[in-house]
Amino acid sequence: MSTAASADTQGSLWEVFVQEEGGAAHVHAGSVHAPDREMALQNARDVYARRGRVASLWVVESTSIAATAPADRAAFFEPAFDKIYRHPQFYKVPRGIRGL
Amino acid sequence: MEIPAEDTADLERHFQSRLDADETIEPRDWMPERYRKQLVRMMSQHAHSEVVGMLPEGNWITRAPSLRRKRGLLAKVQDEAGHGLYLYGAAETLGTSREEMITQLLTGAAKYSSIFNYPTLSWADVGAIGWLVDGAAIVNQTTLAKTSYGPYARAMLRICAEENFHKRQGFEILAALATGAPGQRAMAQDAVDRWWWPTLMMFGPPDEASPNSAELTRWKVKPKSNDELRQRFVDLAVPQAKAMGLAIPDPELAWDEENSHWRFGKIDWEEFWRVVRGNGPMNRERLRARAEAHEGGRWVREAAEAYDAKRRARRQAVA
Repeated sequence: MSTAASADTQGSLWEVFVQEEGGAAHVHAGSVHAPDREMALQNARDVYARRGRVASLWVVESTSIAATAPADRAAFFEPAFDKIYRHPQFYKVPRGIRGL
Repeated sequence: MEIPAEDTADLERHFQSRLDADETIEPRDWMPERYRKQLVRMMSQHAHSEVVGMLPEGNWITRAPSLRRKRGLLAKVQDEAGHGLYLYGAAETLGTSREEMITQLLTGAAKYSSIFNYPTLSWADVGAIGWLVDGAAIVNQTTLAKTSYGPYARAMLRICAEENFHKRQGFEILAALATGAPGQRAMAQDAVDRWWWPTLMMFGPPDEASPNSAELTRWKVKPKSNDELRQRFVDLAVPQAKAMGLAIPDPELAWDEENSHWRFGKIDWEEFWRVVRGNGPMNRERLRARAEAHEGGRWVREAAEAYDAKRRARRQAVA
């Protein structure tokens, strides 16, 4: 970070999640800067909800999000790879049985 | 896929193979330093262009000829601010802070689109910007929506969905003037005469003189070349100008029957470089206005931060 920039403040970084209609999942839309959560919500509205089509907004301070590391992907998700018995196709059903 | 070894050459091969398989690169993925640098350069330049782009049009909000026009223009300029913010947010995922990008803009270290270094002399210019400048931006951004860096591509999708209104409001303004009184017709034609060539320059230098092109194509950052995009724009714009009864200021413009393209005359690249290097008609004025707006907003940012600090302190005192 440059020293000139540290004299300025842009507030902290917030991730914005938008629910387009009631019943749908909140989906990550992008980010905004704001000093507090109320202003983060207002900024998120002005930036990500200018055309309506929004039922609800969440904002989360970016530093509060934990994420998996891409390099660990294989090891981290490995436990699920060999559990084919968690899928319905694993189980045998005689031909002609309906509704299963 | 597993990364085979902590060796840069291996990492780079793996990275290229992901691109070749049309995978999307996300912020936490490994990427070559130069890929990161090029994207920060492109995305921050793009964000700055949206923000500086508010200035030439904002100039006309208070002088719009009707409430309908004023409302539309105000919403368009507000969109540009929003687009700047989508792009700053996307660029920040690469580890460059907002403060740093803004400082680079204000000190002249970062560029923005040269088109905004031309003045808006009449109301018709607002129409010409919407129709031509936003029209050109859409051609460019539609292909960037398929760029390999996920946050950039997603920001582009949002922007493209909103830009169509900008282009249409511009077209409506120009078309209304073009069917108006002789003075209005002349104003519309004059605006097209002044904005046509700078708009063609927006796509950047010709492919043979574009130093970053090969690398950006290999990395699937830029799916189409400058000249391809420029040609696509001309092919779209010429029939639209004809529909309005406005002339394109290019005596060499001709339909190439064999290839189905409009062939156009030589672009004055000396003018392009002159403006890029800071000597266009409005370069100094744009940066001055931007710096003034940034400084003018400082007390708001500081007050918001002080308010947050005060409330935090109160909460702590209660607890």
